Amino acid sequence: MTDVRLSARQLTKRFGGLAAVNDVSIDLWHNRIHAVIGPNGAGKSTLTNLLSGDLQPTSGSVILGGQDITGWAPEAISRQGLGRSYQKTNIFLPFSVWDNVRLAAQSRDAQQPWNPLQWLQNATKSVAAHARSTRAIALSGLENRAKAIAGTISHGEQRQLEIAMTLATQPQVLLLDEPLAGMGVAEAERMVALLLQLKKDHAMLLVEHDMDAVFTLADHLTVMVNGQVIASGTPADVRADAGVQAAYLGEEHQP
Amino acid sequence: MSTAKAHLEILPGSVKVVLGLGLVALAAFPLIGTDFYTQMVTRMMILAIFAMSLDLLQGVTGLVSLGHAAYFGLAGYALAFLTPQGEAVSLWWTLPAAVLASGLAALVIGFFVVRTHGIYFIMVTMAFAQMVFFLFFDNKALGGSDGLYINFKPTASVMGVTLFDLDNKVTMYYATLAAMLTVYGFLRRLLWSPFGRALAGIRVNEHRMRAMGFGTFGYKLSAFTLAGALAGLAGYLWGVQSGYINPELMGFHMSAHAIMMVILGGMGNFAGAIVGAFTFEYVLHVFKDLPQVGSVNLGKHWQLWMGLFIVLVVVFASRGVLGLIAQVKAGGKTHD
Repeated sequence: MTDVRLSARQLTKRFGGLAAVNDVSIDLWHNRIHAVIGPNGAGKSTLTNLLSGDLQPTSGSVILGGQDITGWAPEAISRQGLGRSYQKTNIFLPFSVWDNVRLAAQSRDAQQPWNPLQWLQNATKSVAAHARSTRAIALSGLENRAKAIAGTISHGEQRQLEIAMTLATQPQVLLLDEPLAGMGVAEAERMVALLLQLKKDHAMLLVEHDMDAVFTLADHLTVMVNGQVIASGTPADVRADAGVQAAYLGEEHQP
Repeated sequence: MSTAKAHLEILPGSVKVVLGLGLVALAAFPLIGTDFYTQMVTRMMILAIFAMSLDLLQGVTGLVSLGHAAYFGLAGYALAFLTPQGEAVSLWWTLPAAVLASGLAALVIGFFVVRTHGIYFIMVTMAFAQMVFFLFFDNKALGGSDGLYINFKPTASVMGVTLFDLDNKVTMYYATLAAMLTVYGFLRRLLWSPFGRALAGIRVNEHRMRAMGFGTFGYKLSAFTLAGALAGLAGYLWGVQSGYINPELMGFHMSAHAIMMVILGGMGNFAGAIVGAFTFEYVLHVFKDLPQVGSVNLGKHWQLWMGLFIVLVVVFASRGVLGLIAQVKAGGKTHD
């Protein structure tokens, strides 16, 4: 439990009178997958957005790699070592798969938009960005699709691209918002295998509705309902929790 | 249709051929054209630089500025202020000074406007440009509504030897052509640089750019400043060529014309901006020269025909003249 990479304390996000996330504390450990489950509207995506800086918390704090990042802009949090994917595919549709990933990788080269020297290089000449892109494409299994336009590849491949772009920024902490959403059985199996592989080098938050995948992957499980955490622990503990069964898991998952 | 193709970032071979032929025609034009037409084409090339500078924002970064003429006009005014009543000044320092003035104005205004998005960006850029316009329009010390004369063209000499004489219309023509080609080459290179790729990323999906760690504010502000400076280069050349500068050059119509030029030619690749500027100015010339028919002077109502023309282009050639060329040469097939 010592290797905490991200730690959120008492996060609350209010939209008017509604507390979409209410007093949620959560830790992400290196080499562990922390899955967050809950019914639609439970606040899972809002929580992800609070951790990534897409939304600012009403109260509470987030520590990333020992640094207090509460209130930081998304780009600053990204550069501090957090990578996230999106529930709704959020890629550069007109660009090729390779250009999507290369652009993500470029973000880790020195950024000096005001520097005229950066206006005259060729973007494809960055050896470091090229290496990061190649690795991310290979990990996510998109080698054969690198030249395809992102808007024309299948939904499953677009989900893979989401992950590839996140990996190209070489994060220590991964926030994956429903990476399996809308995937076929075979695609989902491949994704599960990839996530298991990625677990070795990352601290991972996994928001997912696919319960088979969650119980295959999760080392730690948090259940959210109405913006609040109702249970948190090992998958076995959570599965046995009567409150969770009533609120969410349903009869099919009872032993 | 993908916007990468729609933007024709990679120019098809057919377009390159047409552009090459156009360049040959431009290089040879002063040899056959009269003084009047040589000056007219010079003006087209100046406007092409202006349109390219806007394309960096509009076509590449996706920032539609409705106030870009402010930076065009400011450099012209800078030249007017720097040129004394009775003698000529050197090109070598007035050009950088004028470009710097426009760039600085764009940096300051950009600091406020690039925080806004979409319709708000359009409104705020226009508001700032109107402020600049009225600052000059209402201020007698700044020339007022009449504008200012630039009595002497800047000199380009090294150690007392005149390299070229901008008073000569043909020399002015070739100097402008050289400036246009330099700006084009620079911007084409910039398009494929890490900076240019980031700008294109911002156009397509700024949200994801930030999530990936790009400080998009710095990129947009840099683009806005650079675009302002390049508009300044065009405005300086305009001042040199016409010898006269007035607030209209910074006005709403000038900004709107630049947007139309970029759309007309095809956005996001700079070649389209050049083609658009030439097409716009030529069509304008044709419409203004329309004859009197019965009691109606068709030429007087050129804005009506221009509006109709733009509508037709947008409806039937959404990728502009350049897209049309690419499509015709591809045998009418669209590859996207």
